[in-house]
Amino acid sequence: MNKTQLQTPEVSPAEIEEQRLYRTLGLSDHEYQLIKDEVLGRLPNYTEIGLFSGMWSEHCSYKNSKPVLKKFYSQGPKVVQGPGEGAGIIDIGDRQGVVFKAESHNHPSAVEPFQGATTGVGGILRDIFSMGARPIASLDSLRFGTPKTPANRYLISQVVAGIAAYGNCIGVPTVGGDIAFDDAYQQNPLVNVMAVGLMDLDQIQVGAAAGVGNSIIYVGAKTGRDGINGASFASAQFDSEHESQRSAVQVGDPFTEKLVMEACLDVSQNHAAALVGIQDMGAAGLVSSSAEMGSKAGGNGMVLDLDLVPQREAEMTPFEMMLSESQERMLLCVKKGSEAEILDVFAHYGVEAVVIGHVTDDDRYRLVHHGEVVADVPVDALASQAPVYQRESAVPERIKNAASQQFVPEISDATAVLKEMLSQLTIASKESIYETYDSQVQTNTLVRPGSDAAVVRIRHYDKALALTTDVNGRYLHLDPKIGGQIAVAEAARNIVATGAKPLGITDCLNFGNPEKPEQFYELDQAVMGMSEACQKIGAPVISGNVSLNNEYDGVPIYPTPMVGMVGLIQGLEHITTQDFKQAGDLVYIVGQTKDDFNGSEIQKMQTGAVSGQLFDFDLDYELQIQNLVAQAIKEGLVQSAHDVSEGGLITALAEATFGNQLGIKLTSDLTVRQFFAETQSRFVLSVRPAAQAAFEKLCGKNAVKLGQVTAEDRLEVTAKDGQFDLAVSKARAIWKGALHAVSSK
Amino acid sequence: MKFAVLAFPGSNCEKDSFYALKDVLEEDVTLVSYQAESLAGFDAVVVPGGFSYGDYLRSGALARFAPIIPALKGFAGAGKPVLGICNGFQILTEAGLLPGSLQKNTAGKFICRQQKLVVINAQTPFSSRYQAGQVITLPIAHGDGNYYADEETLQELEANGQIIFTYQDNPNGSVKNIAGITNQAGNVLGMMPHPERGVEEILGSADGIQLFQSLIDFFTADEVIVHE
Repeated sequence: MNKTQLQTPEVSPAEIEEQRLYRTLGLSDHEYQLIKDEVLGRLPNYTEIGLFSGMWSEHCSYKNSKPVLKKFYSQGPKVVQGPGEGAGIIDIGDRQGVVFKAESHNHPSAVEPFQGATTGVGGILRDIFSMGARPIASLDSLRFGTPKTPANRYLISQVVAGIAAYGNCIGVPTVGGDIAFDDAYQQNPLVNVMAVGLMDLDQIQVGAAAGVGNSIIYVGAKTGRDGINGASFASAQFDSEHESQRSAVQVGDPFTEKLVMEACLDVSQNHAAALVGIQDMGAAGLVSSSAEMGSKAGGNGMVLDLDLVPQREAEMTPFEMMLSESQERMLLCVKKGSEAEILDVFAHYGVEAVVIGHVTDDDRYRLVHHGEVVADVPVDALASQAPVYQRESAVPERIKNAASQQFVPEISDATAVLKEMLSQLTIASKESIYETYDSQVQTNTLVRPGSDAAVVRIRHYDKALALTTDVNGRYLHLDPKIGGQIAVAEAARNIVATGAKPLGITDCLNFGNPEKPEQFYELDQAVMGMSEACQKIGAPVISGNVSLNNEYDGVPIYPTPMVGMVGLIQGLEHITTQDFKQAGDLVYIVGQTKDDFNGSEIQKMQTGAVSGQLFDFDLDYELQIQNLVAQAIKEGLVQSAHDVSEGGLITALAEATFGNQLGIKLTSDLTVRQFFAETQSRFVLSVRPAAQAAFEKLCGKNAVKLGQVTAEDRLEVTAKDGQFDLAVSKARAIWKGALHAVSSK
Repeated sequence: MKFAVLAFPGSNCEKDSFYALKDVLEEDVTLVSYQAESLAGFDAVVVPGGFSYGDYLRSGALARFAPIIPALKGFAGAGKPVLGICNGFQILTEAGLLPGSLQKNTAGKFICRQQKLVVINAQTPFSSRYQAGQVITLPIAHGDGNYYADEETLQELEANGQIIFTYQDNPNGSVKNIAGITNQAGNVLGMMPHPERGVEEILGSADGIQLFQSLIDFFTADEVIVHE
């Protein structure tokens, strides 16, 4: 077979070269030459070109982002598994590990929002249980354009419905996430899903296929023509000329996934001796899972007989089978002689499982179809030798030319501006969305959606996990590095506010086109900023995902590196929520407030855009404040804790009154404007009068008392130069109704 | 008291019921596969929530053909208590153990929230620990919870005291605000709210404990009579 051209039915190897057909599959001229001259030493056939187009896509190879991702802080004494496997793992004591990862499904959701979202949930859950962990929670970080057009309202409602349909059915609670609206995402929404699992650390599974003669077993749904070459599709740009590519989107089946999940967990837990490796068939389907498994094992090859692959449609070609992204499929490597034991487990759950190949003693990746070898390539060339590009970086003009002075909000009637702020969609309650998610199944959810972070207990142990997602793309638009630092810092603030200690993060790096220097700059700077913050806070990056080319007609989204953070609460009595608890409690602001308005919600609200240089941010001060709040909670001094973020201090105060419908009567020497400033490193805390002395002694000048929680239906805040005065019930009604009013038009 | 919690392919609340009974109520409880054909030795059966067989056809419609169903019908026919929660309620109506059916919520969406319920009949094996008229809070989490029955059936339900719980603020369009009903004999209860999710204050509600406790009272009293 060496040096001869392998023929496949579609087009000849010569035609691929002459007509440059590889381009339509997302490979560049340079990459084609590399495959032809360096890797194969002959013309690749259509199947082989397909394999490379999937494996060398950004989605699978990280060819544009690898040099950047290397900068991530990903070490730490508790890290059991860092980036590179299905998901990362952190030790949480008691021989238990928390497993988590996030994944984007932006492009599929743009063209087919319901299925794009369902398969986003399904895919990330497979990453979790492929590690041997049971999924215990998921979160969704969503970015949409404002719902002012019917098309956009449809998109939003379908994405939400898709998340609900999949998560509710499979029985993994959707406990939180974040949603923001900005026209920067009008044509390119972001649908990022984070999943969290729990496992015993002696049951870790990895995606490796080692040992000559071991069997490769295909598990789950049949392979169809859905999502073919989805990885390349997801890695391409969108424009108005190529609106609909619905055929590239897969269809989710949560019931099948539930069966596959239970069966795979049974195999991991009870048949570990027979199992060599297990991996999800995600992006680039069968080729990606098998080539990665083979390559990771090192030194071994693999042969797959495609006639054995369960097929949903007739006459599928090798190209289609290898690049289909049909959902709910897993690939296992099983010890020779133990096949029957494993196949029996799947039969018990009613899940199809078939031996489709075995590990070989050379380094070749071979595919056989109808008795003919249809692909024969070095396994490492596919999985780990994709070219890596060091892209050019240039400071965007808007940042170079940004005005240094801060925006000055115009406020004549403080209460009126507060009411307007509470009705901004990014601020308003998201209850009408999250109440369509089952947040309670598994009966471990102690803090449900709507607080700073969700809290899920570890059953039978006196500990819990705090989970959150966060990022403000507007800050990154003004300064990607500081914005990246803030994304991590704010996620940590959410975690700390619940009484937890940050453990680590996962991320979805949603950016524009890396081949454009100004957009690459955003990615590069953001990662540096995030990494600095992760190191400072002691929260390593243990997994993640990159979604590039989020642009439409050449205009990129805001740089939006979603941060998904997990924290550990030791002792359930330390769980703290944002709601004021009781009249008479004292209200404090912890952390300094400055005139920081560029990139703020009030700037957007009053000018329709964000502009200027982003305000300063000090990571050392951030950590100092977080540690202080963590200590106060640990000492039992804190009744409620809420991170101050978008909309500023007055918004945080108002939100803290809503849960238990209590009032506040506060006085401050801050100006009315400063009540809307988005200075970082701040918390609103409430403290029982009995704990006042101890709390003030601990915090010193970092905490300033503002007043008291009251039993009245009144939010009364006297600033240096004006007053907010409003019924809490009225404020709450505005905040609760704003999103529902817009989305149900 | 020996509880069986059934598990169908696609059930996802069977462990929640299991832990509620085992850890909180400290009762003897066993997960029983849909493939089993006997319920001998059990004193009560819980048909849990979830999406049996994906609920792709109609909620609960396929589960009624599972191998365990004849045994469940025999168990109910013998007058022993059967509690269907959420998808379990849907399965019981599909299996003909309870009248009426459950349609899509009127808003067309799944709803997960803490829900106030009114106890209508407190003289059943499932509700004796409550007072008639008492308002309790239990979580709901369903897309197809809109109960429907024809006029004649509704009159029978009312006349026989088969309506056990109603919603205080109807979330799904159920006729007569119905949240839970029993069969005519009173030993089979189907309800959309989740009592097993409401057994610990830390989860947001503990009002579900009284439902399970009522069953235990009923069983204990029954046992005393048998022994006499």
